[in-house]
Amino acid sequence: MRIVLEKREARSKTVTVLVPIISFVVSLMLGSIVLGLSGANPLSTYGFMFKGAFGTWIDFTETLVKAIPLLLTGLGVALAFKLRFWNIGAEGQFIWGAIGTSWVMVFWNFLPLPLLLPIGLVMGMVAGAMWAGIPAILKANWGVDETLTTLMLNYVAILFAEYLYYGPWRDPDGFGFPGTKRFPQEGWLPRFAGRAHYGLFLALAIAILLWFLLSKTRWGFEIKMIGKNQKAARCLGVSIEKSIVVTLLISGALAGLAGATEVAGISHRLQKGIDMGYGYTAIIIAWMAQLNPLACILVSILMAGLLVGGDQLQMMVGLPSSMGLVIQGLLLFPLLAGSVFTEYRLKIVRKVEA
Amino acid sequence: MEKSSVSTLLKMEGVTKRFPGVIANDRVDLELHNGEVLALLGENGAGKSTLMNILAGLYRPDEGFITIRGEKVSIHSPQDSMHLGIGMIHQEFMLVQTMTVAENIVLGLQDLPLIPPMAEIKRKIIELSDRYSLKVDPDRFIYELSVGEQQRVEILKLVYRGAEVLILDEPTAVLTPQESRDLNGIIKTMLSEGKSAIFITHKMDEVLSFSHRVQVLRQGKTVAACKTEGTTPQELANMMVGREILFKIKKAPYRPGEPKLILDGVTVEDPTGRPVLKDISLTIYEGEILGIAGVAGNGQTELTEVITGLQKAVSGRITLDSQDMTNKQPLHLIKAGMSHIPADRGAMGIVGDMSVADNLVMKRYRSEPIASRHGVMHATKIFGFAKKMISFFKIATPKPETLVKFLSGGNIQKTILAREIDSCGGVLIAVYPSRGLDVGATESVRNNIVAQRDKKAAVLLVSEELDELLSVADKIGVMFEGELMGIVDAATTNKEELGMMMAGMRGGNA
Repeated sequence: MRIVLEKREARSKTVTVLVPIISFVVSLMLGSIVLGLSGANPLSTYGFMFKGAFGTWIDFTETLVKAIPLLLTGLGVALAFKLRFWNIGAEGQFIWGAIGTSWVMVFWNFLPLPLLLPIGLVMGMVAGAMWAGIPAILKANWGVDETLTTLMLNYVAILFAEYLYYGPWRDPDGFGFPGTKRFPQEGWLPRFAGRAHYGLFLALAIAILLWFLLSKTRWGFEIKMIGKNQKAARCLGVSIEKSIVVTLLISGALAGLAGATEVAGISHRLQKGIDMGYGYTAIIIAWMAQLNPLACILVSILMAGLLVGGDQLQMMVGLPSSMGLVIQGLLLFPLLAGSVFTEYRLKIVRKVEA
Repeated sequence: MEKSSVSTLLKMEGVTKRFPGVIANDRVDLELHNGEVLALLGENGAGKSTLMNILAGLYRPDEGFITIRGEKVSIHSPQDSMHLGIGMIHQEFMLVQTMTVAENIVLGLQDLPLIPPMAEIKRKIIELSDRYSLKVDPDRFIYELSVGEQQRVEILKLVYRGAEVLILDEPTAVLTPQESRDLNGIIKTMLSEGKSAIFITHKMDEVLSFSHRVQVLRQGKTVAACKTEGTTPQELANMMVGREILFKIKKAPYRPGEPKLILDGVTVEDPTGRPVLKDISLTIYEGEILGIAGVAGNGQTELTEVITGLQKAVSGRITLDSQDMTNKQPLHLIKAGMSHIPADRGAMGIVGDMSVADNLVMKRYRSEPIASRHGVMHATKIFGFAKKMISFFKIATPKPETLVKFLSGGNIQKTILAREIDSCGGVLIAVYPSRGLDVGATESVRNNIVAQRDKKAAVLLVSEELDELLSVADKIGVMFEGELMGIVDAATTNKEELGMMMAGMRGGNA
């Protein structure tokens, strides 16, 4: 008897849904090996993590706080990936969003106070879009590999933000604390529960809008064509260069908006620790959601739960909080391996020997 | 069947192979004798390649068995197949472009020492190539070779490995008439050495000139296996398709209208600055089919790509309806009414991972009624449109939602043809439209192209088959090394004249 892979006639919908779920379970199992090796009881550890993230309403609002930037960056990355543009620069675009918003909040004193928030958020999106626009233009016009440019630009963004809050933008009354002045309270993104702010509803609305645009419009149709066969798309009159730039500007704007809501809703200033790594987690979210904007919603809440639950480990079990990140990282392997099954199925063949 | 023990080399019995949704081979028997050429004939998707891939070890049969010289064998891998003396040459050559002929020939040999004794290998290659008159220099790189030479390397590769049975999958599809004749000679030499060959094809004249016996497959089943002598092309075609085939194309008398598409001194350079299309001037009139003949790689691709906006001209002018179209974006040309059936249909003509319905609207999705003015696409309208096209152009697909990549080559081409003909607004650029298609599909492709011309479209038809050009085109231009050797009248020219021009002699009214 042998087990072989057999090509499916059509991509299986059930499998597409099952793969991320099973991958999650497998990664938990792999994680339990790591936990076991560090001397913790995997089951009770997972219990603590779950309770920490979803146990009470207050815990859950903390999970939501992290889910907002994860969802927005995840959507941005998923959009770029649809085009097969490997934007791994959401982190840098996120930071530029934060910088853009902070600039308006701290330095645009001439603005009427009620305009601070909307203009601040828009500036964050513009800054993020700009940061994604650079590799997009390089790729569209000269074919420069985007994986390198987007990744490198992350470091530029992180160091530039550091320069700002350690240098010219540092709050003179901040006793040397690396951060800008606090934003005027009128510019804050209001909160509805705990620290969870209204950015959540903005992100949810964008997810639904993006789903609609991608699945029901000409724009989405062209993105699909380019992503699945760029040569044919070009032959059929789709402008590849324009699509790459436009799509990446939107992708960067979404990551920028994530950074914008983070400073406007949570930290209320640009400060040390803004590079939380949301932009990298976004890559896992995009894959796990199979690039579907609606699925991104669920996945980013789950990932946020892992992060918040990971924090609990330190307090409750005495394990480093990065254990949450370890499990997150372990997710990608079964996920990528599992995606084979959306196009192939296992078949058991009985040997027909002579 | 009992008396066959002496001369039978290879036998397949009751071989069945299923793929999801189709039976590619349904209880097929096949017999190959020592020293003969068996032609395996059938339409696209009849199961010829599948059957041969089973012999080559790429697929395993679900049922049935194979015997070689009376012994049952099981073939699990291409290595097993090689050890049994079976070698297959696929339609797409398996050669490493940046390695030499000799390196390619020994590549993948299991008993090769760490540092291969190249001098000895080359000696053996030269000896073999003399013996089988397979002229090729072992030191040249693959990318330097013509398609015909590359094919010889493939044959040498098999001979070097000691293959007794050669399987050739449509070997002449990529060859010039001269190269085809050479191949015929090569195969004859091999037969005299006691080797045998199986030949997959759907060209009748090849069956008649190459083979001793012919086996016809239709929808995975054997419909006939007989001696080639005594059959006629018409008989074979009818067996293949299962109905009467018209070889003549019905077309209205040639009445050209106004000049439609004009190229004036168009030159194209490759990225290194070498001219690949030199100073081309030609005019296509309304209601005219201009055929382009020539050995592949003499500038035909560049010609069609510069017209469709996929490549830039460095000099010269292209006008369509007296509007300047030089170096315009493809979308601009599409909107001006240009349709394009590209040469590489899988890579350029379709998006394999999208549905048949989606692929059919890839021209019409820009406007109403498929999409609203605001760019929202209507799923029901797409579906309705697709169903209409599928039935009109007789595209064999399980559902409109099936991914195009699961269709057979002929039906993929029909999908492209349907989309391009439907959206054609006066100019049709068709590149090798019937390449690799079976008789039935070829007939429908040709009729559709002629129908466009009868509807006053200007058609540019690039083809490798002179028969196709002579029967379909009104005028024929011949390309050689990026230049137009001349344009001749299809009604008065003949294969000899075209052949001379294809070899680089000027003719017609250049």
